Amino acid sequence: MGAPRTLFAKIWDSHVVTAREDGTCLLWIDRHLVHEGSFHGFGMLDHAGRKVHRPDLTFAFADHYVPSHSRRQPIADAEAAGLVATLADNARRHGLTHFGLDDPRQGIVHVTGPEQGLTLPGLTLVCGDSHTSTHGAFGALAFGIGASEVSHVLATQALWQRRPKTMRIHIDGVLSRHVAAKDVILAIIGRIGVAGAVGHVIEYAGSTIRALGMEARMTICNMSIEAGGRAGMIAPDDTTFGWISGRPFAPSGAGWDEAVAAWRALPSDADAVFDRHVAIDAADIAPTVTWGTSPEAALPITARVPDPDFAGDATSARAIATQLDYMGLAANAPLEGTPIDRVFIGSCTNGRLPDLRAAAAVLKGRTARIPGLVVPGSVEIRREAEAEGLDRVFTDAGLIWGEPGCSMCVGMNGDLVAPGQRCASTSNRNFVGRQGPGARTHLMSPAMAAAAAVTGTLTDVRKLA
Amino acid sequence: MTPFTTLAGPVALLDRANIDTDQIIPARFLRKPRSAGYDNFLFVDLRTHENGFPVQPHAAPIVVAGANFGCGSSREGAVYALVDAGIRCVIAPSFGDIFAGNAGKNGLLTIVLPDAPARLGHAARLAIDLPAQTITLPDGSTIEFEIDAFKKRCLVEGLDDIGLTLVHAAAMAAHEAALPPWSIPRQS
Repeated sequence: MGAPRTLFAKIWDSHVVTAREDGTCLLWIDRHLVHEGSFHGFGMLDHAGRKVHRPDLTFAFADHYVPSHSRRQPIADAEAAGLVATLADNARRHGLTHFGLDDPRQGIVHVTGPEQGLTLPGLTLVCGDSHTSTHGAFGALAFGIGASEVSHVLATQALWQRRPKTMRIHIDGVLSRHVAAKDVILAIIGRIGVAGAVGHVIEYAGSTIRALGMEARMTICNMSIEAGGRAGMIAPDDTTFGWISGRPFAPSGAGWDEAVAAWRALPSDADAVFDRHVAIDAADIAPTVTWGTSPEAALPITARVPDPDFAGDATSARAIATQLDYMGLAANAPLEGTPIDRVFIGSCTNGRLPDLRAAAAVLKGRTARIPGLVVPGSVEIRREAEAEGLDRVFTDAGLIWGEPGCSMCVGMNGDLVAPGQRCASTSNRNFVGRQGPGARTHLMSPAMAAAAAVTGTLTDVRKLA
Repeated sequence: MTPFTTLAGPVALLDRANIDTDQIIPARFLRKPRSAGYDNFLFVDLRTHENGFPVQPHAAPIVVAGANFGCGSSREGAVYALVDAGIRCVIAPSFGDIFAGNAGKNGLLTIVLPDAPARLGHAARLAIDLPAQTITLPDGSTIEFEIDAFKKRCLVEGLDDIGLTLVHAAAMAAHEAALPPWSIPRQS
């Protein structure tokens, strides 16, 4: 027996092709997912006259620029249409499987990838998108990369990386009613800060995590990057294996048994050493919303807006004041009751079936006071939601039921929040201008966003349901 | 890639923490071809809405910033905007991991320096020597900095790391031949 190792170390060690004396490792990449925004990476590849080394491990997804309106209408925006077409062309030229606009499997890369069984425990997976951390929910080492690295992986199926440090976040106990995975990750980021995990891979552990389904685990790992983490991971278990089993690209037959045997050896050994530890009590987590322009500006819905006069130092005071000014909020005002102009339910964070069910449970039989857009994460989720009648709950409440894509999380497809408008959003970033120039974003869970739709204000969902 | 050895010039001080890549370049410009030139997209919303925003295109080649500079989205466009606007070096207490990786691939030096705004913010000009790993202030005093050896070599020599990887073709082929069969996707 060697020294006890973490889940991360087991995957890292088995993927090192070669290590340099200075500690930089050439890491084999099992899955490379690309999207329309990867055009820079393909451009560099073409410029260098190189080909995709492993087309069978490279998969293309149309998601960032696709419209949320009916697929029967053409994409009105010529540049966006061009990027969607360029991805299709790059996939065709290089022989990649492409989940394009008209594909019945189309969806957000971090939703469709797992759904198709492409994300598996023990793999390394990269994508030119920071929310690639999502796939760590399956016990994979998954992280976002830039365009130059996209080009490098296309050409070589490997990547030079320095070994990151490890951090274990242990969450124990039972979550209260109406407290969701989104509240857990917002509470974590509120606690450790947006730079809290820089240079680290996070492993989420503990009884609270073990009790979560795969979609909830994906929500948590998705926002690891919002804590600065290089990646987020959760040890694979029977919940993981059960979810993957039978999916189109998952191993099958004897290959499945071999895979599961390998996966059972992945969880961190009992005495494995982590560089940092954080412990959180699930009972302390309330429905959470953000008030500022950084995901760490997260507070329980029962809290008040922070007061710069009571900040620890001048720099924090200035940072709070700047955020309150942008967000149009008054210091010390209760968060609850803050008027909201529109709602967005969707994204790679919260666009999966259980998310839509949670929102629909709040909206059922109620009417939204404000406009809103509900965008399922994939065509498959859209179909399943419609089979359950969730689409009718949303449209009966007055919300728009859209076609799958990244949509209003990042606004690249034209789904924007107007300047000065305040949006209750289930997405992952409340940065200045993220949902459009001057847009004000409050991050929250699907149930909380649905509650905001019903009252037109930030609302404690526990009082509604 | 343009090699980086030494650089001397004026400094722009951006004394704010958590400058995310959505600020550096808003998402709506990421659709633009690389040939368009990304300089005008740099901090475009902040420059429009804030009078006297400290970082402007084609002004100071060195930026001193607050902690966690370049956090958030993996968009390499943030680095394109900086380098196209003539910025070759950012000094901050910490950086978003993906941003720092992207910077190194485009000849943009990121220097991690605790309390960078407090220590360097008063300097109108700085001189950076990457081979010597020093920052020289106008009064002649110098500050040493740490940098990953591989990243330093790539920057100093302007190396294309795909070329460096292909040197390891034999090790790659051996690793590839030993991949567990279940790890190769086959549609059932």
